[in-house]
Amino acid sequence: MSHPLTPSERVNALLRPVPTWLIYILGALPGLYIVIGISLALTGIYDVFGSRLGIDPARTIEHWLGELALQFFIATMSISILRDRFRLKLIKFRRPLGLLTFFYVVLHLGVWIGLDIQMRWGEAWSDIMKRPFITIGMVSLVIMIPMAITSNNAMIRRLGPKTWQRIHKLAYPAILLGGLHYVMVQKVWETEPLIYLGAIIVLLALRWKRLMF
Amino acid sequence: MANRFKSNLTWGDVTPENVFMNRRAFLAGASAMAATGIAGPSLASQYSIEDEPNAWDEITQYNNFYEFGTGKSDPAEYASALTTDPWEVEIGGLVEKPGTYSFKDIMAAMTVEERIYRFRCVEAWSMVIPWNGFELADLLNMAGIQSGAKYVAFETLHRPEEMWGQNRGFVPWPYREGLRLDEAMHPLTIMATGIYGKTIPNQNGAPMRLVVPWKYGFKSIKSIVKITLTDTQPETSWNMINAPEYGFYSNVNPEVDHPRWSQASERKVGGGLLAKRIPTLMFNGYEKEVSSLYEGMDLAKNF
Repeated sequence: MSHPLTPSERVNALLRPVPTWLIYILGALPGLYIVIGISLALTGIYDVFGSRLGIDPARTIEHWLGELALQFFIATMSISILRDRFRLKLIKFRRPLGLLTFFYVVLHLGVWIGLDIQMRWGEAWSDIMKRPFITIGMVSLVIMIPMAITSNNAMIRRLGPKTWQRIHKLAYPAILLGGLHYVMVQKVWETEPLIYLGAIIVLLALRWKRLMF
Repeated sequence: MANRFKSNLTWGDVTPENVFMNRRAFLAGASAMAATGIAGPSLASQYSIEDEPNAWDEITQYNNFYEFGTGKSDPAEYASALTTDPWEVEIGGLVEKPGTYSFKDIMAAMTVEERIYRFRCVEAWSMVIPWNGFELADLLNMAGIQSGAKYVAFETLHRPEEMWGQNRGFVPWPYREGLRLDEAMHPLTIMATGIYGKTIPNQNGAPMRLVVPWKYGFKSIKSIVKITLTDTQPETSWNMINAPEYGFYSNVNPEVDHPRWSQASERKVGGGLLAKRIPTLMFNGYEKEVSSLYEGMDLAKNF
């Protein structure tokens, strides 16, 4: 190694010793805080949240989980772009980030069912069928299931890399639907959801060739 | 001389002592409130409901008032920038005495009472709010209604230097609302000037906001500076923003869904995480009082 390290190489060197289990733990912390907080609050043991989540904490949590899911999804989808454009070797973090995305999507759905719609199954079902933004969110979750199930080495071996990659191209429609879901729930054109959707569209545009072929 | 005066009252007309004592206590409380100012004395009303009202913090920290931002806690954070004194209301159009009325003069002429009402937001959450206010009919009668008047149009203050949300373009400012004249004259329709006997906070629409309890909350326009009686249906802000989703009437109706969500039930805000989802009532529970206003109308078309 005679030449000086490029910034990318430096980052790669810095991240090489970081174990993936650390990503799982750090990434799951907000979700664990929410799940434990809800459990303790609902059983009356301890009010973890206090007044920090506002007058309607259920709604705050529901939106927060949705945003976390989108943030992890965007991070997951950035990995290969960072590799192609900046030679950053982050690929080992992609699986934890992807699985964390699914973790937050499932929690988001759970809070909608449990705290928002409150297990009125008839209303939940008719919302899923009739309300485009809920339909879209639900479709996004459903197409993430095969990716979540196959996010392990055994499945890659079993399916072979080609089939596995084909399945994981579902990430593109899933993230786009997720971004649309966020924009469509608003009453007016809010800035924040449009920023998320914009970022997602940029990611898809950068990956367009891979997506097609 | 005895028996000069003959009463036609019987013992049945006498107020029972316990009720009498309660009233004494109530009036003492009411005059104490009157001494504190603008909200005025609060007389109990037959139009109040029995439900337990939401807490002061819930009512004043969770608001939709896009003039101060679209977040629920934005109005409580930013509405203190609003100057509400002096305040004038321009009453015009088809009235006998058009002109600019100061808020003080209006309050001097009005009788304020307490109205505990259900409040149902179009976003499918609800509260119970103990308003203090006067009937809109009294204000309109003060200005004198011309015989040709059919609608009432309202406008919120437009003052972007104090209402930062007005610098953003998603609502065509000023915020506008409107009612049919018979809706405006209905005794349930009030101008609220207080909550819990206190002066209404800026984030709730100080100094004077409309409250129409059988309609979705956005009809109850805040911080009103202009009232115009017209013979044509006025433009209303949410209808201008998105006509397929928000109609002129916007009566609470569990059978007519918002295109993007169900209106069959609502979450009653309060009690933290356990805010309960309850069925939404026709006309928000005021069906007996207001359904005659809409007789023969197709409410799915006139949503």
